[in-house]
Amino acid sequence: MKSLKTWTAAAVALLSASTAALAADAIKIGEINHYKRMAAFAEPYKKGIELALKEVNAAGGVLGRPLEFIFRDDDGKPGDAVKIAEELMTRDGVVMLTGTILSNVGLAISSYAGEKGYIYLASEPLADDLVWKSGNPYTFRLRTSTYVQAAILAEQAAKTDAIRYATIAPNYAYGTAAVAAFKESLTRLKPEVEFVTEQWPALFKIDAGAEVQALEASKPDAIYNVTFGTDLQKFVREGTTRGLFEGRTVYGLLTGEPEYLEPLGAEAPEGWIVTGYPWYGFTSGPEKVFVDSYMAAFPGETPKIGSIVGYMTVQSIAALIEKAGSTETPALLEAFKDLTLDTPMGEVTYRALDHQSTMGAYLGVTAVQDGQGVMVDWSFKDPTPYMPSEDEIRAMRPAK
Amino acid sequence: MTAVLKVENLAKHFGGIKAVNGVSFEVAPGELKALIGPNGAGKSTCFNMLMGQLKPTSGRVLFDGRDITGRPPREIWRLGVGRTFQITGTYQSMTVAENVQMALISHHRRLFAMLPRAHRLYREEAMALLETVGMADQADRACAILAYGDLKRLELAIALAHGPRLLLMDEPTAGMAPRERIRLMQLTADIVRERGVSVLFTEHDMDVVFAHSHHIMVLNRGELIAEGSAAEVRANARVQEVYLGGGTLFATEGADA
Amino acid sequence: MGLFVAQILTGLANAAALFLVASGLSLIFGVTRIVNFAHGSLYMLGAYVGVTLMAALPGHFGFWGSILLSGLIVGLIGVVIEICVLRPVYRAPELFQLVATFGVILVIQDLALMVWGAEDRLGPRAPGLTSVVRILGEPVPQYDLALIAITPFILFALWWLITRTRIGILVRAATQDREMVGALGVNQAWLFTGVFFLGSALAGLGGAIQLPKGGADLLMDLNIISAVFVVVVIGGMGSVTGAFLASVLISVLNVFGVAYLPQSTLVLMYVVMAIVLLIRPYGLFGREEKAGEHGQVGEPDRPVRPFGTLGRALTGLLLLALALLPVFGSSFSQVLVIDILIFCLFAASLQFILSTGGLVSFGHAVFYGAGAYVAALLITYADTPMEVAFLLAPISAGLIALVVGWFCIRLSGVYFAMLTLAFSQLGWSLVFQWNEVTGGDDGLVNIWPSAWLSGTTSYYYFTLVFVTAGILFLRHVVHSPFGYALRATRDSARQAEATGIDVRRVQWIGFALAGAIAGVAGALFVFSKGSVFPNEMQISKSFDALIVVFLGGVKTLSGGVVGATFLEGVKDWLIRLEYWRLIMGLLIICVVIIAPDGIVGTLRKVADRIGLGRQEEASR
Repeated sequence: MKSLKTWTAAAVALLSASTAALAADAIKIGEINHYKRMAAFAEPYKKGIELALKEVNAAGGVLGRPLEFIFRDDDGKPGDAVKIAEELMTRDGVVMLTGTILSNVGLAISSYAGEKGYIYLASEPLADDLVWKSGNPYTFRLRTSTYVQAAILAEQAAKTDAIRYATIAPNYAYGTAAVAAFKESLTRLKPEVEFVTEQWPALFKIDAGAEVQALEASKPDAIYNVTFGTDLQKFVREGTTRGLFEGRTVYGLLTGEPEYLEPLGAEAPEGWIVTGYPWYGFTSGPEKVFVDSYMAAFPGETPKIGSIVGYMTVQSIAALIEKAGSTETPALLEAFKDLTLDTPMGEVTYRALDHQSTMGAYLGVTAVQDGQGVMVDWSFKDPTPYMPSEDEIRAMRPAK
Repeated sequence: MTAVLKVENLAKHFGGIKAVNGVSFEVAPGELKALIGPNGAGKSTCFNMLMGQLKPTSGRVLFDGRDITGRPPREIWRLGVGRTFQITGTYQSMTVAENVQMALISHHRRLFAMLPRAHRLYREEAMALLETVGMADQADRACAILAYGDLKRLELAIALAHGPRLLLMDEPTAGMAPRERIRLMQLTADIVRERGVSVLFTEHDMDVVFAHSHHIMVLNRGELIAEGSAAEVRANARVQEVYLGGGTLFATEGADA
Repeated sequence: MGLFVAQILTGLANAAALFLVASGLSLIFGVTRIVNFAHGSLYMLGAYVGVTLMAALPGHFGFWGSILLSGLIVGLIGVVIEICVLRPVYRAPELFQLVATFGVILVIQDLALMVWGAEDRLGPRAPGLTSVVRILGEPVPQYDLALIAITPFILFALWWLITRTRIGILVRAATQDREMVGALGVNQAWLFTGVFFLGSALAGLGGAIQLPKGGADLLMDLNIISAVFVVVVIGGMGSVTGAFLASVLISVLNVFGVAYLPQSTLVLMYVVMAIVLLIRPYGLFGREEKAGEHGQVGEPDRPVRPFGTLGRALTGLLLLALALLPVFGSSFSQVLVIDILIFCLFAASLQFILSTGGLVSFGHAVFYGAGAYVAALLITYADTPMEVAFLLAPISAGLIALVVGWFCIRLSGVYFAMLTLAFSQLGWSLVFQWNEVTGGDDGLVNIWPSAWLSGTTSYYYFTLVFVTAGILFLRHVVHSPFGYALRATRDSARQAEATGIDVRRVQWIGFALAGAIAGVAGALFVFSKGSVFPNEMQISKSFDALIVVFLGGVKTLSGGVVGATFLEGVKDWLIRLEYWRLIMGLLIICVVIIAPDGIVGTLRKVADRIGLGRQEEASR
């Protein structure tokens, strides 16, 4: 027991020393994420933040003070995340919160932030409920909404002759929302389409062989895929082996993001219509500048969607504080209204209407080049035309 | 005077083996009755049926004229039948007194009470019972550290907690030193005399049996082959054959294990 | 017809890896009676080692050689774990070793991240087996057929090893009667090590052999473990044949589940498990558990006694300090203590049924989750006042515990544990998949207490009052006639029945009471966080509670509370560090080895030895 005490004391000393070393006048931001549980997604995101911080602080910081992020791991548990949020706000003196990839953790922090009056910028979580159904005055979201990405794919699907659609999505809230959005948009554009089967593998526990058989058995004209990560790998391999994708167009939500496409290597599917992040295709402009400086900062690394989201998170916060001219919550809230900034993905505005940013999305077709899955024929899509109408959004958001 | 316990044609078959086969007997009030027999004769099986641990294949068990055949042990206990086991089953994590108090709590139907402190309930009653068996000085020791002979006496105190009219004791002196055996049986005999309890017990030690029992029944191969006073049983030819002439004639031992 | 056959074949192919992992776990349990939580981690290591080797060794020989080598390497890792971590704690109370294996999970997770990095690895394809064979017109991957062909050989090899070799005979003898094997002069320690090698190697093989159908990633350890438990339980603990049949059953059922009940695949497995256990309580090939059979039971519990003057004074001081916290502590310290208090109450409720009742529940989180969800659902859908919802939550949790208990109480030992696990997983998959009502993974949000409790300090006092009351109530019940009756059923069910105690009913009520108190903890939780998600009901939540009870000391009254405080407190510090899981895992392993009776149990022994403990002895 004694050794334990000594050990703890050493850890305490270490921690307080590192805290003391921080510049006293830095503006601190609390960043909560699942650095361990979702390491594959969180690491590029963290690198994006670090890159942006370096740039912001090299340019003199914000309001003449350095900007600093405190990174905390929540182990993927919403309850822990809420506790950490409180600690960051009340003990570490951060001015606002950001972070999370998992929707449920994002929703937990958002709910807490709304109750306690803390500002929370949900950087990566995919649940649209954050800004719509469960929206609150203190929560803002950066990442392109799932609804919009599904609508972009549905628009492409509506242009084809395909009538019979099959869907496959992980069986949790994001998967169901992504399928519902796709169905809604596609049916609006082309009422005669038919959804012949819906497959719902458990997240990260897909039984790919069985899923492929079930999809094949329903003889669809086209397939809408929402699976990602290891589920996607297994699905693509089984589907390719068993010939599921032959003669069928597949629409893949987020499938083009490097996080998911890269591990597939030369086995990446070809000809899928996907949303994603084709960094390798950028030739000029701010998009390219970001890619170059990221690769220069982290030799051997290539940017992921998480990297750009992390980068834009810092940019958004820096712009916000500059605009507010203060780090007080009321001033920040006021400044967030229609906050506009330039990012590697063009101009982005946080809409006063629903606190959702107007970050866009890249649409393209998958191909294999030099043994790597890539997006080709891609184009950048502005989200505005795909959003639900203002009235619909107002109806969704809870009364304040 | 009616019998406290009446057993009619009790039988238990395990597959093809007839462990107990058509046993009938009675136990009168205040009687100290022994059930003896070689290993595998069916004594424990018989006991387990009387107390409800086993369901008989056929036959009836009547306690005070009431049919208790096949009823669960806890109901038979409530009717006024106490029991001790061949291998003691006291509560290891409780003190000696608490073991007795536990039985008293059950007797007074306070098992589901959550408010009182259990170790204060019925403490005097428990001490009186421990006094009876000569265990009062050890009342606050943990049961787990008791000597075997003391455990047996404790078990007797527990069995007396609900004022039973009949006590069933399965090999009460098994595993004890000879002098302790005699003390325990003397104690039992005193209790029978003072409280008017009837006792039915099985036993290996013939000295114990012949010294204390009023009446002896001999079981072999699942059947009663003799009964009577100590002298009568001793003189019985079949009993002599079973005990002296090469032990049990019945080869299968499994049923009585 | 063609599709039907193809579906069966898919199921059989899926069964291969599952069977390998499950048979390993089953063997380990059968011989050592250790519930090895870390078995999924060995499977993950098999996959990573396999991927690495396959990249280095080309061709047919390289591929199949890599699989065998992965098994060997993981087997050796298993030996290291057995010798370093488990051997020192074989003498501890039964099931204590599972805490150590939990530490191993954490260590392996961080080590794997350090060695292989965060990115998912796609497994290479088997050379020469990359296309399909048409069977009745349906495409069947060649590798699937290879797996279907290999599995019976492995089953046969295991069968031969166990029934035809001397080692196998010893293993079988050890699963029947460990003391006997010891008496025969066999070195039990090395027998255990050998079995751990074999079991681990099988897990490693499973991880490597599934590579062409998937890959290696950092979540696969926890993703497979519940399925493996289900298979082992359905097959019967310790039975390799059972593990095989159960893997096939679960895998084939799953394939048809995917085709015909695509929304309910998660629930299906647990429903099957619950049904099997209700019909065959010891699994398809399992044997009846006898009391005290799993592992050393250790010394008997000591008699309990309410706190003496010193104990009361210390408790009073602690409560006073907690009550004064808002005066001198920060707002965050209150939030932290709220979390710890809630966890303490949850752990205390498990300790009540586990220690006093002797019923090891692996699914206690379902009642905690039920309390939280009932409160949240009432607020969300019925606009119930917070106070009423808070009151109804534990009542509902208690009622659910009555229903679950009615089924589970029939079993005992590890099978009871597994049936509670099945029910809790049922509850979890229900809230997870019933999107329309529970919000699924996105949970229920904006569940806040009434205005008078909305401040941190007022909610802190609210929590303090209820947690203190709950823990004191449970302690009081332990000392009440009911608590004694519960302990009596644990110490000797036969004696209890023979003295008028209805064992099942007493256990049943005890189980429900523990469930209701867990429900109080759940309700406190939901209003402190403002939201609830399915992970509050997950396996890991149940295991968290289990671990703190064992860590604190299973044969004590306050073990759960002390263990919970220790673990939560330590975690709050550690989680700030980069490799916190590694340190946490090592710390848990150290505590387990240094304090095999749990923290409180060991402290008590130390106090006894230096002559301090007389007064405390019976009371802690």
